[in-house]
Amino acid sequence: MSVLVVIECANGEVKKSSLEAAYYGSKVATNLGTTATAIAIGDVQESALTSLGEQGIAKVLLDNDSRLHDFVGAAYVKVVAKAAEQENSTVIVLSNSNIGAAIGSRLAVQLGASLATNVVALPEIEGSSFVVRRGVFSGKAFSNVELTADKKIIAVKKNAIEVEASAGATASVESFSANLSDADFAGAPKETIKQSGDILLTEADLVVSGGRGLKGPENWHLIEELAQVLGAATACSKPVADIGWRPHHEHVGQTGITVSPNLYIAVGISGAIQHLAGVNSSKVIVVINKDPEAPFFKAADYGIVGDAMEVLPKLIEAAKAL
Amino acid sequence: MKILVCISNVPDTTTKITFTPDGKAFNTSGVQFVINPYDEYALTRAIELKEAQGGTVTVLNVGEADTEPNIRKALAIGADDAIRVNIKPTDAFLVSQQIAHYAKEGAFDLILMGRESIDYNGFQVHGMVGELMGIPTIAPAIKLDVNGSTATLEREIEGGKEIIEVALPIVASAQQPMAEPRIPNMRGIMTARTKPLQVVESVGQETKTSILKFEMPPAKSGVKMIDADNAGEIIKLLRNEAKVL
Repeated sequence: MSVLVVIECANGEVKKSSLEAAYYGSKVATNLGTTATAIAIGDVQESALTSLGEQGIAKVLLDNDSRLHDFVGAAYVKVVAKAAEQENSTVIVLSNSNIGAAIGSRLAVQLGASLATNVVALPEIEGSSFVVRRGVFSGKAFSNVELTADKKIIAVKKNAIEVEASAGATASVESFSANLSDADFAGAPKETIKQSGDILLTEADLVVSGGRGLKGPENWHLIEELAQVLGAATACSKPVADIGWRPHHEHVGQTGITVSPNLYIAVGISGAIQHLAGVNSSKVIVVINKDPEAPFFKAADYGIVGDAMEVLPKLIEAAKAL
Repeated sequence: MKILVCISNVPDTTTKITFTPDGKAFNTSGVQFVINPYDEYALTRAIELKEAQGGTVTVLNVGEADTEPNIRKALAIGADDAIRVNIKPTDAFLVSQQIAHYAKEGAFDLILMGRESIDYNGFQVHGMVGELMGIPTIAPAIKLDVNGSTATLEREIEGGKEIIEVALPIVASAQQPMAEPRIPNMRGIMTARTKPLQVVESVGQETKTSILKFEMPPAKSGVKMIDADNAGEIIKLLRNEAKVL
C-alpha cells in the first residue's frame, strides 16, 4: 500500500498546484501509515524534484522520456498506471487541472477506482470509510463524498490546501520508464501553442479582473498595468468576453474558468451570481464599482465605490510605491 | 456522420442553491432546470456540423422523467432524436457506463458533451466514456471541425492550447468559444413534439461514490469600505492587514 502523487512540470519546474497535491498526498500517507511517492512527468530538472521532500514526499520517480514534455493523454495515463502498479498504490493524488482530470478519469476506469475531483480538504478516514470534501454547484456549495471503491483517485483544487513545508527535507529521485511505444503517442498534438509572457490565470496567486465598467477595450491598459505592478494575472467577466473585448480564456465565472487565488480584484464587475460562482473561493476579494448597490460588495472583503478610470490609477500608484 | 450529444439537466445558472434541512439533497422546489450550458455548446456545434456536412444528431440524457422538457428543448434546437436512460444520475461512473453502452450500440462517430456539469462539476464523464469505449477523449475542446473521418480540435491546456488531429470515433467535451447557443424557433418547438424520444433502461447500477452531505460555504464577515479619494489605501491594507501582497 502506498500513496502516489502525480507531479505536473513545465519549463524545468514543478507546478505550484502539484506542490499542493504532493503535500496532500503525504498527509494522506501519514494518515494511512504509509509513505508518499511522486511520479513526475514533463519537462523538469532532477534538482527541482529533490525539494519535494519539503512537501513530505519520500521518493520521486522521474520518467525522462522527452516525448512526454507535451501532454499526451494515452501516454501519461500509461506512465501513471505503471507507477501505481509498481508502488502498489491504493490512493492516487493529482492536481485538479485539465491534465489531472484527463489522467484521473481514464485511470479510474482502468483501476476500478473511485474518483473525486475539485477536492478542497484532507480526507476523513475511519476504518474503511474514506470521505472527501469537494466543491459543487460551481463553487456555491460543498459536498462530502464517500469514495467506496478500494482504490481512490483524488484531484485537489488549487489553493484549497494550506501547505506546511518542512524546509530542507529532500526526496530521493529514481529514474523510471513505462517503456512507451510510438503507438502511445499516436494522439500527440500536431502543434502546441504556448501562451506567451503572461502569468497563468489558473495558477495565479493574484488576479485583476475587469468588467463592463471599464467601458471599452481601450481602457484595458489600466487593468494590465495594475496586474503587472502586482505580478497578477488578468481576467474578465462573461459579457466582456462575449462582446470580444477580451479573449474567452480570460472569462472567469460559472461557464468559464473557476479561480481560487489569494487575492481577486474585481473592477467594474457587478457580481452576477454566475460570476461569483467562479471566484468565491478566492481568499480575499476586492470590489471596485461605481454602483454602491452592486451585489458583488456582499461577497467582498474590501470595497471602493468609484469609477474604474479614476480609482485604478490611484491603485497603480500605490502599488508602485510598495 | 452520426453525432451523439450527452446533455445533463441542471439548475439554471441564476439559482440560489439550498439543501434539504438534513443536508442530504439539493432543494429543487421552485428551481428552474436548464440544459447544462456546456452541453448546449456541444449541442449547437453538433447541429452546425450536421447542417454543413449532413448526418444526424441524437441527444442522450441519463435521468428520470422530469428531464424530458429539456430533452424536448434540445430537439427543438435541432437534434433529430433522443434517448433517455431511465436512472437517477448519482455518480459519474454510473452515468459513463450508460453513455458508453448506448454510444457503442448506436455506432456514433462523435460523442460530444460539455466539459463539466455546473451542478456536480465532476469533469470526469468524457474521460470515463472514452476509456470504457477504448477511444480518445479530447477535453476540453474549444474548437471542433470534421473532415471526412478525421476531426481537428483545439484543446485548452494550462498555459496554452493544442491542435489535435484524430481519427473518428472520439469523445470530445465543449467549452467556449466552441459555439454560440441557439434559441429554439417556433417551427423547432412544433416539430420537437413529434421527434422520437426513446426511453431505455439502465445497463448497470454500479457506483463508485456516494454523497453523504451538502454544505454551504461560510458567510463572509462583511465588507470594509474605503473612500474612493483614498483608494491607494487599499493596497496598504492588502499588504498589512490581509497579508496577500
